Amino acid sequence: MNFDLDPADAAFQAEMRAFIRQALPADIARRGRQGFHATHDDVQTWMRILNARGLAAVHWPRQYGGTDWSPLRRHLFQVELRAAGAPVPDQAALELVGPVIYTFGDEVQKARYLPAILNADTFWCQGFSEPNSGSDLASLKTSAVRDGDHYLVNGQKTWTSEAHKADMMFALVRTDGEARPQAGISFLLIDMKSPGVSVRPIYTINEGLSVNEVFLDNVRVPAENLVGDENRGWGYAKFLLTNERTMSAETPHTAFDLEQVKQIAAVEMRGGRPLIEDPLFAARLARFEIELRALETAVLRVLHMGDNDPALNATASVLKLRGSELRQRIADLAVEALGDHGLAVFPDVEGQDNMDVLAPVPPAPDYAAGWLSRMMFRRATTIYGGANEIQRTIIAKSVLGL
Amino acid sequence: MDFSPTQEQAALKESARRLCERDYGFEQRRHRMRGAEGFSRDLWKTFADLGWLGAGLSEDDFGYGGGPVETALLQEEFGRVLLVEPYLSCAIIAARAIVALGDPPQKETLLAPLVAGEKLIALAHNEAAMRGDDAAVRTEAKRTTDGWRLSGRKTFVLGGSSADILLVSARTPGGVTLFEVPASAAGLEVTAYHAVDGRRVADLVLTDVAVSDATRIGPEGGALPGIELAVDHGVIALMAECVGAMDAALWLTRDYLSTRKQFGVTLNTFQALQHRMADMLVETELARSMLLRGIAALSDPDPQARRAGVSAAKVQIAEAAVKVTGEAIQMHGGIGVTEEYVVGHFYKRAVLARGLFGSIDLHLERFAAWSRKAVA
Ligand SMILES: Cc1cc2nc3c(=O)[nH]c(=O)nc-3n(C[C@H](O)[C@H](O)[C@H](O)COP(=O)(O)OP(=O)(O)OC[C@H]3O[C@@H](n4cnc5c(N)ncnc54)[C@H](O)[C@@H]3O)c2cc1C
Repeated sequence: MNFDLDPADAAFQAEMRAFIRQALPADIARRGRQGFHATHDDVQTWMRILNARGLAAVHWPRQYGGTDWSPLRRHLFQVELRAAGAPVPDQAALELVGPVIYTFGDEVQKARYLPAILNADTFWCQGFSEPNSGSDLASLKTSAVRDGDHYLVNGQKTWTSEAHKADMMFALVRTDGEARPQAGISFLLIDMKSPGVSVRPIYTINEGLSVNEVFLDNVRVPAENLVGDENRGWGYAKFLLTNERTMSAETPHTAFDLEQVKQIAAVEMRGGRPLIEDPLFAARLARFEIELRALETAVLRVLHMGDNDPALNATASVLKLRGSELRQRIADLAVEALGDHGLAVFPDVEGQDNMDVLAPVPPAPDYAAGWLSRMMFRRATTIYGGANEIQRTIIAKSVLGL
Repeated sequence: MDFSPTQEQAALKESARRLCERDYGFEQRRHRMRGAEGFSRDLWKTFADLGWLGAGLSEDDFGYGGGPVETALLQEEFGRVLLVEPYLSCAIIAARAIVALGDPPQKETLLAPLVAGEKLIALAHNEAAMRGDDAAVRTEAKRTTDGWRLSGRKTFVLGGSSADILLVSARTPGGVTLFEVPASAAGLEVTAYHAVDGRRVADLVLTDVAVSDATRIGPEGGALPGIELAVDHGVIALMAECVGAMDAALWLTRDYLSTRKQFGVTLNTFQALQHRMADMLVETELARSMLLRGIAALSDPDPQARRAGVSAAKVQIAEAAVKVTGEAIQMHGGIGVTEEYVVGHFYKRAVLARGLFGSIDLHLERFAAWSRKAVA
C-alpha cells in the first residue's frame, strides 16, 4: 500500500486549481459560495467555458467528448470545482442520461444529444418517480402505446427536478402492462415542448423551486426517441443509478461546506471567543471532520477498485447513505454557527415567485445567506436517489445476504 | 403532587384546541402569513375576547389569575397548528418583563391594553453578539438633562415588526436598564423579515433615540434579573410549542404511514419504520414530562436553579423536537420536503426553537455550571 498522491496526480490537481481560479467568473463563484441553486445562466456560462477546454464531462469516454483521465483524477477535478464554488452542472444530463445514451443509444441519438449536453444547449430532467411510485419505482404507470412511428404517452411524473427549466426529459414509461413490472418498462426521451406536456411547480421547504409535477396528456413522442430496446428500460435505469455511486457521496461538496463553516466559526463569537475555539462547538466540528475523512477515504478506495473487485459492493454501498447524512449535518452546523442569522429567511433569487411579496433581506453578513435554505433543502438528500431506508435494505440484502 | 390539570385548565386547553382546529387550518395560516403583517389582527382580538392574552397573568397584573401552566397549555395547542400570531413575544415575554420590572402605574398603562388586545408590545433585548448571554447588552443609554438617549442594534426581535411599544434594554452606568420606546420614536429604524418558522421578526437600529426617565421600567442598572425571568418564561413557552408540534407531527406521520402504499402494502407494515415511530413517541413523551419540570423550575426562588431548570428543559425538548420532526419528514418521503404540506413546517419551528435564546451548547454549559456547584 501507498497512501500518497502520486506526484503526477498532485501536479494535475494544482494545474486544475489554477485553471479554475482563472476561468471561473467571480460573480458566479460568489453565488456558488452562497449555496442557492445555481441559475440556468450561471450553469450555461460555466459549462461553455469548460466545454471550450474539453472539460465539460471529464468522466465520459474520450470519443464522446470526455477525457481518459483516471477515476482519481476525475475526482480531484470535482474536488477543485467544488472548492472554487463553481455552479453544479446539469447532473441529470451529465451523470444520468448522457452515459445511458452513449452506452445504449443509437448513433443518431448520440450525435443529436451528447454535444448539446456538453455545451449546455439542452437541459434535461429525470422523469422516473410518480405519485404512487416512489420507493417502489417499478410499479410506475405512465404508459406509452405505440401508434405508427410514434408513442402516445399518458400519465404523471412527480418530484421532477428542474423540469421547469428542462428542454428534454428522460422518462421511464410502461410499454407492456402484462409483463412482470420490471419487464414492461422502456426508456424514452421526451421533448418538454411537445403538446400535452405541462409542468406544475412544487415549492420545497427552503422556499425555492427545483421540483415539479409533470403531466403527460396524449403526448406524441417519435419512436426514434426510444433508447435501446423496448421493455429493457429497467436495466438501463439500474445502470444509470449505479453509475452515480461515487458521485452520491458528494464529499467534495461537503468538504467545501466544512471549510466555509470553519471560516464562519472563526469570525462568529460566543462567550467572548471565536466559536471555533469554543470547546463544545469545536468538538462537534472535529467529529464531523473526522467522519468526513473516513468517507473521503472510502470514496478513494472505491475509485481505485476495479469493477469486479469483490469488496466494491460493500464499500460503495455506504457512500450514499453516510454521504447524504453528512450533507445534512454540515448545513446544520453552519446554521448553528450563524446564531440568529442562521434562523432568518434569505430570499432565494430563484424562488421568489413563491412569495406574493418579495421576502425582505435580513440585515446580516454576506456569508449568512443561503445556509438555512441549504439546511432545509437537504432534508431531501436522504430521500431522493433512493431513500436511505431503501439503501439500508439494499445493504442488508445484497451485501449482507440477509 | 398532582399532574392533572384543573377543570378550568382543561377547559382552557379544550377551547384552544377547538378554535385552532376551526380557524387555524394550514391554508388559513398560509393566507395570514402572506398578509402585510404576517398574522391576523382579527384573531388577536378573538384571543383578547377569550381572555387568552392575560391567561398567564395574576389578577393584580391585569390577567385572569393563571400562570405558566395556563400559557403552556395554550402554547402547546398553538404549536400543533404552528401559530404565527405574536403570542409568545407579547403575551408572555413582554408581559413577564413588565410584571417583573414595572411599577403599578406602568403595569396599568402597559398590561391592561396588552391584555385587552389594544397594544402589541415586544421585548427588544436580543443582540446578534449575545447568543443567549442576556448580560451581554451593547446598546447604550446615555443620560441627558431630561432623560436618556439610546443607541445600538437589536436583532431578531420577536414580534418587533408589529409592536406598538418596544421594551428596549440598554447599558447604563449602573448595569442594564429597560426603557419603553414607542415604535414611532424618532431615530428608531425597524427592519422586518421572516424567521425560519414563518414568524415575523425585526432588527432595530436606534440612533440617539430620546426618551424621558419616566419610560424607564425598573431600576436604573437593575433590569437584568427581570429580563432573564421574562426570557425564561419565553423559553418554557416555546418548549410547550415544541411539544405540541412534535405530538402533531408524530400522529400525522402515523396516519400517513397507515394510508401510503408502496410495494403493494401500506408503509406502516414495515418494521424498520414502526421502530422509528416508536422512538418518536418515546422522545415526545419524555419531552412532555420535561416540560412540566421546566414549568416547575420557573417558580424556583433561586435564579440560578431556575435558569438551570429552564436550560435542562430546552436541551431535552428542543433536541427531541428537531429529531422527531426531522424523522417525520423522512418517513413522508418527497412530500415531506414541500412547502405546501405541513409536516416540514413542524421541523422549521423546531429548528427555530432550538436556536432561539441560546444554542444547546449554551444551555448545556449553564446547566453544567449549576450542577457542578451542587457537588462542591
Ligand atoms: C428534492 C427531490 C428531488 C427529486 N428529484 C427527482 C427527479 O429529478 N426525478 C425523479 O424521478 N424523482 C425525483 N425525486 C423523487 C425521489 O426519488 C423519491 O422521493 C424517492 O424515491 C422516495 O419516494 P416517495 O417520495 O414516493 O416516498 P415513499 O416511497 O412513499 O416513501 C416514504 C417513506 O417510506 C420509506 N419506505 C418506503 N418503502 C420502504 C420499505 N420497503 N422499507 C422501509 N421503508 C420504506 C421511505 O424510505 C420513506 O422514508 C426527488 C425527490 C426529492 C425530494
